[in-house]
Amino acid sequence: MFRRMILSVLVRQKKKLFLIAFTVALGVSLATAMLNVMFDVGDKVNQELKAYGANLNIVPRAAAVVNEMYELDNGDKQQAMQFIPEDELVKIKMIFWAYNIVDFAPYLTVHTMVNDKPVTMMGTWFNKHLNIPTGDKVDTGMLAMKSWWTIDGEKMTDDNLQGAMVGETLAKQMNLKIGDSLVVAVPQTHEKMTLTVHNIFHSGGSEDGQLFVSLPVAQKLADKPGLVERVEVSALTTPENALARKAAQDPTSLSRAEWDRWYCTAYISSIAYQLEEVMPDVRVKAIMQVAESEGSILQKTQLLMLLLTILSLVCAALAISNLVTANVIERSTEIGLLKALGATNSEVALLVLTEILIVAFIGGIAGYFLGLGFAQIIGHTVFGSFVEPKMIIIPLVIIMVFLITLLGSLPALRMMMFLRPTAVLHGR
Amino acid sequence: MAIMNIDNNNTNHHNINNNNTNKTHILEVKDVSKIYGSLHALSDVNLTVEEGRWLSIMGPSGSGKTTLMNIIGCMDTPTCGSVHLDGQDITRLSLSELTKIRRDKIGLIFQQFHLVPYLTALENVMVAQYYHSMVDEKEALQALDRVGLAARAKHLPRQLSGGEQQRVCIARALINYPKLILADEPTGNLDEANEEMIMKLLHQLHEEGSTIIVVTHSPEVSQHAQTTVVLEYGKVARVVNNHID
Repeated sequence: MFRRMILSVLVRQKKKLFLIAFTVALGVSLATAMLNVMFDVGDKVNQELKAYGANLNIVPRAAAVVNEMYELDNGDKQQAMQFIPEDELVKIKMIFWAYNIVDFAPYLTVHTMVNDKPVTMMGTWFNKHLNIPTGDKVDTGMLAMKSWWTIDGEKMTDDNLQGAMVGETLAKQMNLKIGDSLVVAVPQTHEKMTLTVHNIFHSGGSEDGQLFVSLPVAQKLADKPGLVERVEVSALTTPENALARKAAQDPTSLSRAEWDRWYCTAYISSIAYQLEEVMPDVRVKAIMQVAESEGSILQKTQLLMLLLTILSLVCAALAISNLVTANVIERSTEIGLLKALGATNSEVALLVLTEILIVAFIGGIAGYFLGLGFAQIIGHTVFGSFVEPKMIIIPLVIIMVFLITLLGSLPALRMMMFLRPTAVLHGR
Repeated sequence: MAIMNIDNNNTNHHNINNNNTNKTHILEVKDVSKIYGSLHALSDVNLTVEEGRWLSIMGPSGSGKTTLMNIIGCMDTPTCGSVHLDGQDITRLSLSELTKIRRDKIGLIFQQFHLVPYLTALENVMVAQYYHSMVDEKEALQALDRVGLAARAKHLPRQLSGGEQQRVCIARALINYPKLILADEPTGNLDEANEEMIMKLLHQLHEEGSTIIVVTHSPEVSQHAQTTVVLEYGKVARVVNNHID
């Protein structure tokens, strides 16, 4: 009979219940959109923030520790320890958080003379294609990481062994234009090479006084075949928290559970730790200004989305409260009658609450799909990309619908408890 | 034959029964008062009703008819005094205990019918079964048949006339075989033809042994009862034996 009563009210009173379903749908759609964007905004904002450059710097362990502490002579062995083998770099894309490594580029500094003037030359990957042993293929390099640079001329490629990217300041000093030639000499190695100006770039930093060439060129001139000096890495990271800070100081101080949680979260410190695991001879330093700024912006954006979600849910709960109360007032005679016929408060509450919850869940389902649509509109309008629907939202939506309906119905349920059949049945 | 007893200390104690003293008392109201602030809706009302009697309660507006009906119908409790229904003291029971008594022992008929608007006539009868014990569609249909509405079992209340709705209400009231049928102005919203039909049904129920208490302002309805209790200013003003025994 309970099922029959529920079905009857749903079928025969659908117009009256439509407004409740509509309100729930609206609240849930906003919450779904906000939550989807909130869960996705991390990646989106991170992608945007990658324009600020690398957030990890890989340097040889010896250079980082020994050479910083002691002034050692540059013997051959010591020298080798101050560089990173180029063929080790593929390991960067083999860590647990490989997919969070957006880009990376190695650098090798060569102190050169151009027209008898000292010029710093940097060898790097411009857009190197890598085949990772895991089977993945990656294109990575400096051009993607320095997206804010303005570059005149055609894009530099890694197989261009005669070309050079010349900084704006240096080009002005030497009166260089695209297509001009320049002779580069390395006094230390007595190597000499003629290069063509392929690009003139503006970075807004010290790089404007430098020369960028393909890595093999720099290695040849510096006589450092297969070696790089440092690597800049741009990684998508989770904002730092107390656990990450504790781990950054000393990972061994973590409990097993803390360690697991830290290791399996894309904190900058855990990514750095994993990079050091696969490349034992390097030290990975987090560029904290960038990492913390990213974390801070991300946290604030997510907080904003969360507050909007909560606000939309509170609004929905208030609207539902009004609607359910109005519904109960309208049905007070019917509720009084059921009580007069022997229904207990809990039986009546169960009946009304079941009706409202079913209606709310129907509204919730509609609201969820509407919310996915809203999320795409936000994604395309704000970030210019698709917002990936997150499965975690579905149980959250179910809990939300249940809670906002229950909370919204509480005043009406309370009113129902105190409703006396005598007050509504005699019609006087 | 019904008699009226007035006790020694001259308070109104009305024993409404047959000469046959073997019958048990279905209802005993002793010194019942109901006070709302300074308003005495009922004052020291005494009433005893035997099983199988038909009693009507009459009186002008504000005389306490509805208050008395609410107390007898387990929908309210007296401020003082005691009420026994079917041998059980219901005076100080909680709301949930009163609900249980009402469900098990009382069949209610309302002036405004009060059918659940989204349930069919049959389902409206079954609702009473559902809250009482078990739903039996066949039995509910028989109850509707008894009031001449088997053919309209699948109709919604809005598709039924006032008289038909009241007959559904009667079918619902009798479906659980209540000890007491309590009717509040059962013909108040009906025309003459429907009034006659409803009274005929009540007569049938009475002949089958049901105890019926009808609250009415209509002398015509009242005269169908064996006894009429007239209330004035919250007190039993008089008891009239209608000589129908």
